[in-house]
Amino acid sequence: MPVYVENRQIVVPGELIADKNRFRVEGKVYERNGKYYSKVLGVVFVDKENKRVNLVTLKGKYIPSPGDLVIGKIVEVGMTNWTVDINSPYPAILPLTEVFSKPTSVPRSELSKILDVGDIIAAKVVAFDYARDPLITIKESRLGKIPKGLVVEVPPSKIPRVIGRKGSMINMLKELLGVELVVGKNGRIVIVGKDRAKMELAALAIKKIEREAHTSGLTDRIREFIMEKLNELGGGSNEKQ
Amino acid sequence: MSESKSAGVLSLLKREVILAGLRKGEREDGRSLTEYREIEVKTGYVGKAEGSALVSLGDTKVIAGVKVDVGTPFPDTPNMGVQIVNAEFIPVASPVFEPGPPGEDAIELARVIDRGLRSAEAVDLESLVLVPGSKVWTIFVDIYPLDHYGNLIDASGLAAMSALLDTKLPVATVEEGEVRVSEEKKPLPIKTRVVYVTIAKIEDFLVVDPTFEEELAADARITYAVNEDLNICGIQKGGSGAFRVKELLDARDIALEVAPKLFEKLPGKPGA
Amino acid sequence: MKNSNIQLIDESGKRVDGRYPNEMRRLRIEAGVLKNADGSAYIELGNNKIIVAVYGPHESTPKYLAEPDRAVIRCRYSMAPFSVSDRKSPSPSRREVELSMVIRQALEPAVFLNEYPRTMIDVFIEVLEADGGTRTASITAAAVALADAGIAMRDLVSAIAIGKVGGRLVVDLNGLEDQYGEGDMPIAMMPQLNYVTLFQADGVFTPQEIEDAFRMVADPIKKIYREQKRALKKKYVDVVREVEKSE
Repeated sequence: MPVYVENRQIVVPGELIADKNRFRVEGKVYERNGKYYSKVLGVVFVDKENKRVNLVTLKGKYIPSPGDLVIGKIVEVGMTNWTVDINSPYPAILPLTEVFSKPTSVPRSELSKILDVGDIIAAKVVAFDYARDPLITIKESRLGKIPKGLVVEVPPSKIPRVIGRKGSMINMLKELLGVELVVGKNGRIVIVGKDRAKMELAALAIKKIEREAHTSGLTDRIREFIMEKLNELGGGSNEKQ
Repeated sequence: MSESKSAGVLSLLKREVILAGLRKGEREDGRSLTEYREIEVKTGYVGKAEGSALVSLGDTKVIAGVKVDVGTPFPDTPNMGVQIVNAEFIPVASPVFEPGPPGEDAIELARVIDRGLRSAEAVDLESLVLVPGSKVWTIFVDIYPLDHYGNLIDASGLAAMSALLDTKLPVATVEEGEVRVSEEKKPLPIKTRVVYVTIAKIEDFLVVDPTFEEELAADARITYAVNEDLNICGIQKGGSGAFRVKELLDARDIALEVAPKLFEKLPGKPGA
Repeated sequence: MKNSNIQLIDESGKRVDGRYPNEMRRLRIEAGVLKNADGSAYIELGNNKIIVAVYGPHESTPKYLAEPDRAVIRCRYSMAPFSVSDRKSPSPSRREVELSMVIRQALEPAVFLNEYPRTMIDVFIEVLEADGGTRTASITAAAVALADAGIAMRDLVSAIAIGKVGGRLVVDLNGLEDQYGEGDMPIAMMPQLNYVTLFQADGVFTPQEIEDAFRMVADPIKKIYREQKRALKKKYVDVVREVEKSE
């Protein structure tokens, strides 16, 4: 038997997953004596048709990767840069040169007027190699300070579920609730919208996705959940009238 | 990088040299894998101590001193004397030792030596009671490595045991609950002697009495304390690696095989 | 440890708490019990109650402790003052310093430390009630807490003590047996890979008893491993059940 686990099975570190060579085994596994073992507490997706096994972690910190969009929080204003918490063991560095497209000299006292401690930003990881802390930029369009919104955190490994296949989940959230979502690979999602109640509903839906990320039929369940809650909301406002 | 951090890092080249040797069954200093370095035990080294010993194990040097005092017993053992083993990793002995109170390594060493002696009942603690429940002899064993070139546990074990075997206890008399300590002295009663055998695991090799560099190359170490009946009276695995059960049993066999050679180096028991 | 007149094992081979020699105490583990920690676990083994929090991997504090190629594990085993009969001072004893170290070394072989260079993983163990065997129960719970934090590991670590009472080897000493028995031999293993990561003993054991102890520990280690797995999976399996029920 080449695969020792069921589709969507929860595994703990050290559990035998599959023999080598029969299936393509990806994700959080390690190889030992021709066999693959789980490296983390995770869920296994077995695709028998395409002979693929993927092990996705259920928890864990964000490890930066160049090109990733991340949601950061300014934690320190330095002489020529900002230190940014990106929900990772490695704090990110945002230098002045990655804020302005032209060489700019800003006195230190002015730095906190551009971005201050506590500010939330959308940024992109430029470089990371473990030896030095990750370098991030906000120079591209749609990056930079996010002045308003609701920040929700989920384990970074669950972000693909929040996005859904080809964006199905996130698009559904946007359509049903009329909100904008900025999804950081680091597990942070900013919900932007006008209707506070709908923003909060989006946050609830994301928390439900997080909790049920390893189950099947999730998109349909989330749709039902939102519709139900929207009805309650509608009912609530009717009563007030 | 500080000197201490640098001294605690083995170059990869050196590690490869050590491993290449082990694959051929050789060690850098010409020893076999189960052979100890030259052992020298000098007792009565410190005149002011009731007992003392300076031990050299190759280039590793450890001094142990015994001081005694009349004290109170532990509440749960009112009819036993008190044995206290302490170790100080003084900066004299190695660039990896920092000045300051004992760190986890020094505390571990002292506790491993203490457990071996205690489990074997090496010191006859029951004979050290002066007034049951209130006055007993306290035996302090203080271990000071002077030069750390590997295997401090076995060297410290030899030093502590030798110092205890060297110890002369003042003769004390009790009159109406008062303890009087005379000038006259007699040997500290010892029931059995104990030796410690430490074996390092370097990849798949088991190496007795590792040098400092072999310790740095090792994944883990195992220490067996052995009494004169050749029973095990203490075990301590150390280091961040892991052992196969078979390796631990092989190490046990090696320990039992080499222990008699260590006993030969120790002073005899008083009265024996 | 001292022989005494207390009879720890009777003629029929039963122990002071009614267990047979190869029987361990009731074991219950719960994962993810703390909100703040990245990973956590609670364990009850007989009367022992221990809680473990794992924080990390996080930025190394202080920075000079960081290693360029791997994570550093910091481990603190601590007994609450009220966990034992006579109040224990909350400041760390020599015993706690040593146990913090050997517990750390029992966990390190299981963790892929090189996946997280320059970081630190904190393992904080708090013994709330102690009744013999807290170091092994702490290791068992700490392995669950590390896995619960999503940290990459080769295997879990499961631990239990083999002891000697009335001249016989027994599994999992309770407090009374630990105090009046003849020997205690805590063992931690990576159960799937079959490696020993903690091995200590005090008391006198014959060479044969060392071998027997390893034979005797195999079954309890399997049981502990099963409970660790159950605890780690519970939260997720419960969600699946709940979802299936609602459909």
